[in-house]
Amino acid sequence: MPGTLIYAEVQKGEIKKGSLEITSKAKEFGGDVSVCIIGSGVAALAPELAKYGADKIYVVDAPDYENYVTEAYVQAFAQVAEQVKPSVVLASATAQGKDLTPAIAARLNTGAISDCVDLTKNGDKIVAKRPMYAGKAYAMVEALADPQVISVRPNSFAATEAAGAGAVENVAVSLDASKIKVVVKSLELAQSDEPDQTEAEIIVSGGRGMKGPENYKMLEDLAKLFGPTATTGASRAAVDAGWRGHAYQVGQTGKTVSPNLYIACGISGAIQHMAGMGTSKVIVAINKDAEAPIFTKADYGVVDDLFNVVPALIEEIKKIKG
Amino acid sequence: MNTVVCMKQVPDTETLIKVAGAGIVADGIKWVMSSFDEFAVEEALQQKEKMKAGTVTIISLGPDRAIEAIRTGLAMGADNAVHINDAAYYDKADPFATAAALAAAIKGLEYDCVFLGKQAIDDDSGQVPAMVAEQLGIPVVTQVLKLEVAADKSKATVTREVEGGQAVVEVALPAVFSAQKGLNEPRYASLPGIMKAKKKPVDVKTAADLGISAGPATVVKEMSLPPARQAGKIIAGDDAAAKAAALAKALHDEVKII
Ligand SMILES: Cc1cc2nc3c(=O)[nH]c(=O)nc-3n(C[C@H](O)[C@H](O)[C@H](O)COP(=O)(O)OP(=O)(O)OC[C@H]3O[C@@H](n4cnc5c(N)ncnc54)[C@H](O)[C@@H]3O)c2cc1C
Ligand SMILES: Nc1ncnc2c1ncn2[C@@H]1O[C@H](COP(=O)(O)O)[C@@H](O)[C@H]1O
Repeated sequence: MPGTLIYAEVQKGEIKKGSLEITSKAKEFGGDVSVCIIGSGVAALAPELAKYGADKIYVVDAPDYENYVTEAYVQAFAQVAEQVKPSVVLASATAQGKDLTPAIAARLNTGAISDCVDLTKNGDKIVAKRPMYAGKAYAMVEALADPQVISVRPNSFAATEAAGAGAVENVAVSLDASKIKVVVKSLELAQSDEPDQTEAEIIVSGGRGMKGPENYKMLEDLAKLFGPTATTGASRAAVDAGWRGHAYQVGQTGKTVSPNLYIACGISGAIQHMAGMGTSKVIVAINKDAEAPIFTKADYGVVDDLFNVVPALIEEIKKIKG
Repeated sequence: MNTVVCMKQVPDTETLIKVAGAGIVADGIKWVMSSFDEFAVEEALQQKEKMKAGTVTIISLGPDRAIEAIRTGLAMGADNAVHINDAAYYDKADPFATAAALAAAIKGLEYDCVFLGKQAIDDDSGQVPAMVAEQLGIPVVTQVLKLEVAADKSKATVTREVEGGQAVVEVALPAVFSAQKGLNEPRYASLPGIMKAKKKPVDVKTAADLGISAGPATVVKEMSLPPARQAGKIIAGDDAAAKAAALAKALHDEVKII
């Protein structure tokens, strides 16, 4: 039976959680679960994929793939796809996944369905659920062409261990260098261990109510108490004021996030902000204005001055954690 | 420098979306230029201004109403436009079919750069830039934050957003770029700009004129509204400290996150 081919993304020497989540999900569909992993020095990561259900792992490991370059990765993945002939191709909708997925689809002369939050199987077809209009509506989308290329928003599925056969095949890709017209000159990555907002399970976010950049330290401290899967975010008002970098912005023109817990501090809850975090599992709002629209969407609301609530919350959580 | 900008007309972000079957209810929608496409138009204009030569051509696939957004782009300063006005094609167009139409229109033009938005804020798909590039057989750089074109127009140095940071890449031209917020500050159309826009040439084409036959590769089966989020609990307490304590307790006992 034709199966699924997954693109597994590696960052800082680890397989990204979103890639494990889709591997787990593919296992549910039945059929072979093949995973393609591309990079330099990534071969050692194959057993991790087997743990989450990969039957077959195609490893493209060469210095050519040290840095992510769309064309090089597309060529490598397309050659693996040619060999596997999958009916479904899955990737995680991270920044890299969003760049790579449409390019892969185009190379395979098929369409793609991006940033899906749920997948169900209907015969040979996957029915993909995805937000549109900044989360104001959901569409159920089906592919008309093969393979069905789909990217999935991180945190949409649980990554659960379920052993797959885990056979490893090293693939020697013949790269057509004449087509690679992009060269990476430098990479500037934040040195923090914080997860990217799109993958974080907990986000402590601050808006105009934070009053200035110096006060985000408090939100970072709060986030740290939740462990390594937590990070901080910001509203556009805070980003436009220059208090936080653009990478922190949550919302329609920022990141779309779907954490288990989103704590909004001094954020009013504008429609464009909600567009980016409306699918959070639990929303907490801390705002001194009882009429702020965010309270109509929050699971827990605290109406008070955040400069009193947040420090007290930090102390209370420390107490609970002992 | 000659540039092409692909621009889509979409519902304004404040618009209330109502669904019907596999689509949305068109009544009451205020149509505007998609926000990331404003950055794309602006960048094309700035690059032309820097080079002091060249033309900026806007291409849009959309029904009659799309002419309004096209005129906005012309009023900002673009020189001319191609309006692929074909309601039957547009109604069924997914990103794949959209890219096929746009690429077919671009193929007849002379260009050094093609600018698009990172994503259209109606379908939020983020696919068209890479698909257009593939059809044109030229490289694509997505999520662009900064762009410097070499004086001889042979290449560009580009800063782009990547997970957890930024990358600087060099790309041979011609190439396709998708604009991320931060690239520039889009200008407003001036009054003289609006007057001039009325006289700028808009070439109207159908899918048949462009000779495209490829249909869509995906189909929307059904649209629905997200389950309404209910307002939850307002945490009671005498002062901020008491409320913080109650919140911490709820996060521990109910959300089970601490
Ligand atoms: C096309 C478009 C795209 C947009 N994209 C985005 C986007 O991606 N993300 C985004 O966030 N916005 C976006 N916006 C902007 C959005 O409309 C709002 O302007 C923005 O979200 C407001 O940010 P805010 O909530 O931080 O500020 P405000 O709306 O000013 O709210 C600040 C809140 O802080 C509260 N506050 C102040 N002091 C305190 C205190 N001491 N203690 C507790 N509470 C306090 C106030 O009561 C108020 O509710 C977009 C807008 C447009 C038009
Ligand atoms: N119908 C269209 N007409 C012109 N440009 C479009 C159209 N649809 C998408 N685009 C361009 O492609 C970008 C990405 O769109 P999408 O892939 O649909 O999210 C948009 O920001 C536009 O620049």
